[in-house]
Parts: sequence; C-alpha cells; structure tokens
Amino acid sequence: MISININGEPRQFSGTLTVAALIDEMGLTGKRVALERNGEIVPRSTFSTQQLSDGDKLEIVVAVGGG
Amino acid sequence: MNDKLIIAGKSYSSRLLVGTGKYKDFTETRAALDASGAEIVTVAIRRTNLGQNANEPNLLDAVPPSKFTYLPNTAGCYTADDAVRTLRLARELLDGHGLVKLEVLGDPQSLYPNVIETIAAAKTLVAEGFQVMVYTSDDPIVAKQLEDIGCVAIMPLASLIGSGMGILNPWNLQLVMERVKVPVIVDAGVGTASDAAIAMELGCHGVLMNTAIAGAKDPVLMASAMKKGVEAGREAFLAGRMPKKLYSASPSSPTAGIISSTRS
Repeated sequence: MISININGEPRQFSGTLTVAALIDEMGLTGKRVALERNGEIVPRSTFSTQQLSDGDKLEIVVAVGGG
Repeated sequence: MNDKLIIAGKSYSSRLLVGTGKYKDFTETRAALDASGAEIVTVAIRRTNLGQNANEPNLLDAVPPSKFTYLPNTAGCYTADDAVRTLRLARELLDGHGLVKLEVLGDPQSLYPNVIETIAAAKTLVAEGFQVMVYTSDDPIVAKQLEDIGCVAIMPLASLIGSGMGILNPWNLQLVMERVKVPVIVDAGVGTASDAAIAMELGCHGVLMNTAIAGAKDPVLMASAMKKGVEAGREAFLAGRMPKKLYSASPSSPTAGIISSTRS
C-alpha cells in the first residue's frame, strides 16, 4: 500500500502508479486539470510516464469562476 | 473611433474587464459577459472535486478560451509563494497562456493587497516569462516599482474588493497614472455605472469588476450599463471636459437680442 495526499486528503493505493492511472482512478479522465507534485508542475504530456511514490503530495486544479 | 486598449502588445476593443465569479450559473455568467462586451475575463484556480460530479458543467465550456482572453488570478493567496504556484498551475492548465492577474492579499477582512509579497511574486513571475497584470494599492511609489519590475498593467483598487464603494481616492489614481506608462486599470471597488465612468473620466485605461455586475439584481442589465459607463467615461476623457467655474455662471444662450422688459 502507498499513501498519496491529494488536495489535502490522504488516499491509499494498492501499489505504485502513474499520474495518468491516478487521474483515471479519480474519475478525472478527459477533464482539463493541472497537477502539481510536491510543489513542482507535472506537464500533461508526462502524465502517462511519471510514477508516483509513497508520501507524494499532489494538487489537482481546475479553472472556476472568479474575480 | 480607433481607440484600443493595448496590454502586453495585444490590442483590445473593450476597456471593461470582468470577473466570472458569484453568478447564479454558467448561463448567467455567459449572458453577462456577452452584455458587457468584455474580451478579458478573470478566472480562479481551485482544487478539483475528487471522484464526484464527473459531469458537472465546466467554466471552460460556458466561457470558451477561444472566444475570451482568460486572466487567471491568484485570489485567496496570502504569500508570494502560493501566488506563484497558483499561476504556474494556471499556465499549465491553459496550455502555456502567460497573461495573468497577480493579487497577494494582506488579510481576509479587507482583502487589501500585501504589496511586499506582491512585489516579490511579480519579480519571480516576470523572470519566468509571465505577463503580469497586478492588483495593488493606489500607492504611486509601489505602482512605479511594479512597472519597473516589468508588470504589463497596474491595477489599483478604487475601494475594497466587493465593497461597491466606488472611487474613493481619485487623486491617488491620478498620481499613479502620472508615474507609470503601462495601462492603469481600476480593479476593485466599482459599484455602479457612474463609478466606472468616473474611473474612465480620470484617464484610467480600463476597469475590472466582478461583484458590481454579479451582485446586481439584474446582472445582465448591469453588465450592459457598465459597458456604456466605461464607454461614456472614456469618450468624455478623450473629449476633454470643460473647466469647472466655481461661483461663476455662464449663460448658454445669447445675451444679445433679448426682448425689452415691460416693467420699467
């Protein structure tokens, strides 16, 4: 088991996985999101190759209405 | 009239910039944007909902970035570091789009800008190639520093964000305009169309607002009023107002040729 903190919530996964697999598991496939891993931007083009590790901290964001 | 607003080398026909927050739904958001004639619209960057509402409506569908110039903001950020991270995420989200609205707030009661953190964030963002439009106080010295750092527009508050209190210190706005060469856009405080007109009559290059439209009883009608207020104020500024003559009236009609009085 590995634990990954996503948007401030700890989540458990059965093993190591790619960013793309995590996006899929979160039901976000096809949604326009941007992702930061441990304070660094993860370009969308690398989602399918970047492996996540135990203890990673992710921020997944979208554009919303604002002033 | 060929009177364009030029920001970072790109020209815009509308001098009204509007926010996309606080509307009833995306349909109302879009109707208000269309009525306002705005080309530049601000958006916020927020954590996505996880594993729920997969099919919920998306701002990018209602307000397509192909039709509007997005201006992602850093609303809610209280440190330079958070603001910079937010805009890096925005740039990734919007496929490399570099025009951004930087705001670093001081406290949640006043939403007054923390200019020290704002200056620090502006330096980092400009160095990373962002085109930074910056929310700041109406302090002319800070405005000049932000321009010297390389910000592409200076956006002083006219009164507190969301207050609708209007243009409280026109003198400071003029001091800011005298010092900087990049566009000065009033950001925050406008409450109704006359406020927008006053800002433009002072010579501001544009006005950015959200609550004044979204918080009106009829947001779409107010968006139309704001469009006219900005246009009226701009034209009045360009036309050059008559001088004020305190205690000295001046008749509009000829003083010669008045029929004689029967009373004397």
